[in-house]
Amino acid sequence: MTLAPTNPLALIAELTHRCPLHCVYCSNPLELESRSGELDTLTWSRVFREAAELGVLQADFTGGEPLARADILDLVRAARAAGLYINLITSGLPLDEAKLDALVAAGLDHLQLSFQSAREETAAEISNTKSHAQKLRVLEWLKSRRVAVTLNFVIHRRNLNQLAEMLALAESSSATRVEFAHVQYYGWGFANREQLLPTREQLANSIDFFKRAQERLSGKIRIEYVVPDYYAKYPKPCMGGWGRKLMLITPLGEALPCHAARVIPGLQFENVKDRSLREIWEASDSFQKFRGQAWMQEPCKSCDRRELDFGGCRCQALLLAGDASATDPVCSLAPTRAKVDAILEAANQPSAPAASLTSPAWLYRPNPT
Amino acid sequence: MPERALRLNGPSLEIVERCDGKHTVQQIITDLQQLYSKAEPKKVESDILDYLARLRDQRALDFDG
Repeated sequence: MTLAPTNPLALIAELTHRCPLHCVYCSNPLELESRSGELDTLTWSRVFREAAELGVLQADFTGGEPLARADILDLVRAARAAGLYINLITSGLPLDEAKLDALVAAGLDHLQLSFQSAREETAAEISNTKSHAQKLRVLEWLKSRRVAVTLNFVIHRRNLNQLAEMLALAESSSATRVEFAHVQYYGWGFANREQLLPTREQLANSIDFFKRAQERLSGKIRIEYVVPDYYAKYPKPCMGGWGRKLMLITPLGEALPCHAARVIPGLQFENVKDRSLREIWEASDSFQKFRGQAWMQEPCKSCDRRELDFGGCRCQALLLAGDASATDPVCSLAPTRAKVDAILEAANQPSAPAASLTSPAWLYRPNPT
Repeated sequence: MPERALRLNGPSLEIVERCDGKHTVQQIITDLQQLYSKAEPKKVESDILDYLARLRDQRALDFDG
């Protein structure tokens, strides 16, 4: 039996799957959880205390839209009382100035505001909602509030030509950190991949842009970027390794090692209503499943990089290779890498969906009842 | 810091504990020169200034006034 190697550092609290936006790359699962089963205030409060006792430092309040919870202020107070650093990941849509003040007074440390674009029309196309003007209002309000701010831009084939505008928006705000995150291809992003996957040239230009921006803004704004791993030589150490650093709790209370873990067949996930976080972290089958190296196949098993990337992403192995224990197919050493190369070749064909075309047929995520 | 954590021990912990919006940089230097009285005071000062600059570059702290 493998033991939990370390304590988790962050708790990702998916407070609800309800959301006013319908983004085509949403990280929620395709099967969204309904409001009726959501954990109540007391259960979340216990989860925060158990997380802190387990060694967790940060709680990421996310969703869906976490502000859709009527008890959001109580949840912030509860996490604060447990001693956690609280990061609210929000679209900003349900926010007004009074709510923002109340959140800061309740103990919110950090707010991450998500943007779909620097332009109204692209934002509306991606989220299938009118939301951009409200986000700009929230940015203004944040300037006079004592809370740390990150702007998050999800980037892809359709908005990579707007990076300079996005950065200018960040520079005009009070943000000290900006994330440019290329879409990851799971769930809704996987379903819409063909329209989202950038060309090789777009990707190279974006990396060049980020490096120059990092240099110019050093000490002012911290710029972080995530590249699409389909173009990588080696896979990412997904979630810092399965069951090594992070624990995600779904709106209904299931504890997952990552956002997408439910796609893996045969895994049973424990619920925080039945088990303590410590029991789940240290002993549950689902968190043990891909810990350590016993589960690895070749070429991972004997690879020098197995302690660096832990074989990559298990969900991606399932989605692309059909086997959650396989080497992540994005790895250049993976026997299934040809599948990824074929996808990239299609994305780089002159006939592939162009960034300038009018709206493709998007699959939008719905708002669960 | 969101999605990051600083592992602090010894002098780095002593410094960050004093980054509370009340201590001035000079007060932090004086405190640590007393705490680490066996070390060369000039070296303590330059180490602290380097460390604070690194934290600022990572946008982990701000200087007031």
